[in-house]
Amino acid sequence: MSDSVLDVESVARLARIALTPEETRAFADQIGRILEHIELLRRVDVSAVEPTAHANPVFNVLREDVPVEGLERDSALALAPRQAHHLIMVPKVVE
Amino acid sequence: MSLATLSLSEVQSGFRSGAFSPVEYLEALEARIAALEPTVGAFLSRDLAPARAAAQAADVHLPLGGIPVGIKDAISVRGETCSCASKVLAGYRAPYDATVIARLRAAGAIPFGRLNMDELAMGSSTENSAWHPTRNPWDVTRIPGGSSGGSAASVAAREIPVALGSDTGGSIRQPAALCGCVGVKPSYGRVSRYGLGAFASSLDQIGPLARSVRDCAAVLNVIAGHDPRDSTSLDLEPEDFLAGLGRDDLKGVRLGKPKEYFIDGMDARVRNAVEAAIRRCEELGAEIVEISLPHTEYAVSTYYILSTAEASANLARLDGIRYGHRAQNPANLLDLYERTRAEGFGNEVKRRIILGTHVLSSGYYDAYYLRAQKVRTLIRRDFEAAFASVDAIVCPTSPEAALRLGERGQDLLKTYLADIFTIAANLAGICGLSVPCGFIEEGSVRLPVGLQFLGRALDEAKLLRIADTYERAEAWSSQAPPLETP
Repeated sequence: MSDSVLDVESVARLARIALTPEETRAFADQIGRILEHIELLRRVDVSAVEPTAHANPVFNVLREDVPVEGLERDSALALAPRQAHHLIMVPKVVE
Repeated sequence: MSLATLSLSEVQSGFRSGAFSPVEYLEALEARIAALEPTVGAFLSRDLAPARAAAQAADVHLPLGGIPVGIKDAISVRGETCSCASKVLAGYRAPYDATVIARLRAAGAIPFGRLNMDELAMGSSTENSAWHPTRNPWDVTRIPGGSSGGSAASVAAREIPVALGSDTGGSIRQPAALCGCVGVKPSYGRVSRYGLGAFASSLDQIGPLARSVRDCAAVLNVIAGHDPRDSTSLDLEPEDFLAGLGRDDLKGVRLGKPKEYFIDGMDARVRNAVEAAIRRCEELGAEIVEISLPHTEYAVSTYYILSTAEASANLARLDGIRYGHRAQNPANLLDLYERTRAEGFGNEVKRRIILGTHVLSSGYYDAYYLRAQKVRTLIRRDFEAAFASVDAIVCPTSPEAALRLGERGQDLLKTYLADIFTIAANLAGICGLSVPCGFIEEGSVRLPVGLQFLGRALDEAKLLRIADTYERAEAWSSQAPPLETP
């Protein structure tokens, strides 16, 4: 972890968040200090330890393949910031 | 005396004997809320008309018949706003009821009001709300804790008898401690999260806040249970969490006192209050056993890797396409995403998404995320080992009482480290609760201190029983903050 270099600008791009130069600088400093603290975990010997993804051993939760009522189309569409003709409107994605 | 200050069981007796009606009770609450809200600011909104209609139709013989329940702004109530106190969800109205809301309605309860929180549940002061901070009813210059700060403040202020919150790393228990009420984080899988704004899905749980352990148990009875819509919810035999309450002693109960939870950095006055409470448990017949949870010092780091990683994935859905805020006049799709999220998220949310994205990014995954998952296993094993010899663990909820608004400043690391006593329970998936255990004096004001009990996974019944006995042996829970009402 000590070779960890936090490049806030490129990570923000991955996270789809536009940052101002001031935010980029401030976050680099603030998150950098959190990462320094996280270095603590290097001290733990985890060589023979299995990871825990979540607390309960529940696997492959399936249900019968039968249709059930879902959200009504109009009430879902009504939430969209822009919609027309029963469709959600987005900027053109194909040139 | 206002009806608003009655306990839940007094209200229920009043309804059932006909001394007063659910409509009269609701109106008494609304009058108190209207009087106090300019000072406390626990609610983001409330809609009296549908609540009154529900009160008129209430069947008071149902388990929570006619009882208004305040709802954290992260939990969906059909037709009501659900912003998670974020601009990115400004104006969003939930198109369906969360499972906990459907269960409350089926038990006769009335979801009432949207309670303030830290934006998207990220924070422990409710100062990160995009709308306004909430103030601690015991001293309105101070924070209520968070992220369920509106839930804790409204319950403590006697604006609402019970409220729902959510707890990812202490967000029910810590505000309950700071506001002097009771808050329960159920075991992972006990309560469905369907309809809860997801923060960190391997850690999130919904739970009750109320003025007593008994009232929390009454709400837990209603909201607990299997839900096919949340694949992590467990299919268990229903339990009556009220049934075992009312014991007057703790004879035969072994309580573990973890040495890692009594540390130098904590407020000595908080420590003294907690030590006194533990002696009280001993007087009540409990055997106090010194235990060790050796991986405690790694819990904060583990939590901030796993929770931010999960959040960065969960919050990807807030992209301005299907619902919520969308940036104006986007040049293209990427610009729409980037500006929508830049405009919609506050600083703390942005920081955590960036941290979470970083720890998941190529080349760092094993070093951070996978390692944290392994340390999580060690933290879980610490608790398993402890619970082999004790019935429950007793410790502080928070290392400090309520700070002043803005007092922490920008010291993020210090803010995160203050979660030290609550987050391990979420990592391990066990249950925990906070119950008032006294006050510290700060000039002319008294600030509540919380005592935390932690129990093994799915052992809520025992945990509630122990806390109920302690609570009734003292009178802390019944004390009301010094708020002026006309």
